Amino acid sequence: MTEQASTAAAAGRPGLRAGRDGGVGWGLRSVVALTGLVLIAPTAVVIPMSFSAGDTFQFPPEDWSLRWYQAFFSSEKWMRSLLTSVQIGLLVAVTATVLGVAAAFGLNRAGFRGRGAIRSLMMAPLIVPGIVVAVAIYGVFLRWQLNGTAIGFVTAHTVMALPFVVTVMTTSLAGYDRTLDTAAASLGATQVTTFFRITVPLIAPGVLSGFVFAFVMSLDEVVVALFLQTPDIQTLPVQMYNSITLEIDPTIAAASSLMVTATTLVLLVPQFVRRKRSTP
Amino acid sequence: MSHSDTSTSTGPGIRIAGVSKVYHGTSRPAVDDVSLDIADGEFITFLGPSGSGKTTMLSMLAGFVSVSGGTIEIDGRDVSRQKPHRRNLGVVFQQYALFPHMSVAKNVAFPLQQRRMPKAQIAAKVAETLKLVHLEDYADRLPSMLSGGQQQRVALARAVVYQPRALLMDEPLGALDRRLRDQLQREIARMHRELGMTFIFVTHDQHEALTLSDRIAVFNDGKVEQVGTPSELYERPGTLFVAQFLGESTCFRGTVDATAGLLRCEGFAARAPRLDAGLDGTGGVAIVRPERLELHPGAGDVPSGHNQASATVTEIVYVGNHHQVGLRFGDGTTGSAMRVAGRSLPAVPGEEVTVSWDPEHQSIVPAPGGASASPSVLEAAGA
Repeated sequence: MTEQASTAAAAGRPGLRAGRDGGVGWGLRSVVALTGLVLIAPTAVVIPMSFSAGDTFQFPPEDWSLRWYQAFFSSEKWMRSLLTSVQIGLLVAVTATVLGVAAAFGLNRAGFRGRGAIRSLMMAPLIVPGIVVAVAIYGVFLRWQLNGTAIGFVTAHTVMALPFVVTVMTTSLAGYDRTLDTAAASLGATQVTTFFRITVPLIAPGVLSGFVFAFVMSLDEVVVALFLQTPDIQTLPVQMYNSITLEIDPTIAAASSLMVTATTLVLLVPQFVRRKRSTP
Repeated sequence: MSHSDTSTSTGPGIRIAGVSKVYHGTSRPAVDDVSLDIADGEFITFLGPSGSGKTTMLSMLAGFVSVSGGTIEIDGRDVSRQKPHRRNLGVVFQQYALFPHMSVAKNVAFPLQQRRMPKAQIAAKVAETLKLVHLEDYADRLPSMLSGGQQQRVALARAVVYQPRALLMDEPLGALDRRLRDQLQREIARMHRELGMTFIFVTHDQHEALTLSDRIAVFNDGKVEQVGTPSELYERPGTLFVAQFLGESTCFRGTVDATAGLLRCEGFAARAPRLDAGLDGTGGVAIVRPERLELHPGAGDVPSGHNQASATVTEIVYVGNHHQVGLRFGDGTTGSAMRVAGRSLPAVPGEEVTVSWDPEHQSIVPAPGGASASPSVLEAAGA
């Protein structure tokens, strides 16, 4: 009896599990449904509005048309800000991923004092109110003459995206079994080979998630972007903000809908990749 | 870099010479001055409880852990400071350590690719090795789709496919359940016969050690207590630790009287042939295995020349092919005897019996904690 129990434990098999196997109950289901509803409500209003045929915001729209999408895509101002946003977003994603992955490796693998402190410091941009970050960056960038430059935008957004990348990568590396490195070494692989053939493929989903998070963060970020903007360089959210203060025009609804759709698609990428991997 | 100038080459084989390991931040060595010669093609097991240093010793052989002192030589060449990937040893881990993103075939091909073998040759070699472990039909599966036993067989295939100098196994059966463990144990024995490779096996399971090994090195507290064939260790344990770790035994404590050739215990004296004169007056322990104890009802009819002591039967446990008889002797020593099923039992619990045994089947080892643990004593007891 004890022997059986101990072999089962040694085999690391799950023992008894708590809970029913029937899934979640009705109470939990309705709470989940309600939460979901609250989360998608704004989108559910904006997207129909963007297909309105009227000259002002209407919900629900009386007539349907694609005129505001046409307005969006034919406006040089909108298109330029969209391009700016995508360019900055991609640059931010690249730099934040490179730095974040490196930082996560350091935090995960090197044993040194003050690791916890560094980890907390890197999370600071998540905790400090956005406006405080924005004012601080604005002040410093004024002196460094980085306001209104691509480098300024990318630097600021990279700092803000780092916590996302580091968090995703820390989780990814925590699940990485380092016995695999030892095994690869015993099989004759150098450290470099091990890194590229074993480590990289296994942490790739985490890296991709980090990249996507960083990109989306930069695409959505508005507070810092408002401070750093000049007429020459405006991101899409800034353009949206400006347009809503100056001219009330449903083009913004079209722009919003496009952004929501694009962001959603981008965020689904890592999930899709992961699912494909697990069912070959 | 090279330390080969200090080595005294001794032909093929693996030589561990005075190897120690002190982990950073600890004062007690995990491995303490271990010396061991492993012959070419031998199946040797490092047996010991957890924390005895057996896994650390294996890790030093593989090169995962640096040595703090001493040298490790393979075929006369000092490899103590060589990187693991250059030692050409196969390693099997307890938790398999298969690459989860590679198919079975790709896992097995990995070490061959590192050795720059041509593709066609790799495919042939992988197929051949998967056949050896009966997994030829699973080549395209991912490790996660296999059972634990199958995964460990893939790991075995991966570790022998490149014909390494030796195969090192760290508790390879530890994560498997009983039935699979027995099955894989037989496969490992078969692979050893077929490949003729040196196998170094680490386990805390005495049963595995006894059934698989050509020789066993018993580890305790960072040191090797005794090295020998399974039957040597079982029949002639050199220390009390070895006797108690490997199999069951009854241990009578007493004082050695070398001139009379006796171990004087409380209430009786055990005849002990070939006692070392140097042991005279020190504490000794007579060790007898359960199947060597004869039980006689009452005063008994003990063959001449045999040792005897009286005991009370404390319990009788039926274990299928034999009865296990629990005994308590006059001085409080507890022990057990084995009675093959079918033979009548001499007593019921609570009754007195006479216990006898042939002195040739007992081992006298120094009592632990006494001032008598000199190497000559150990040799005498083991001889």
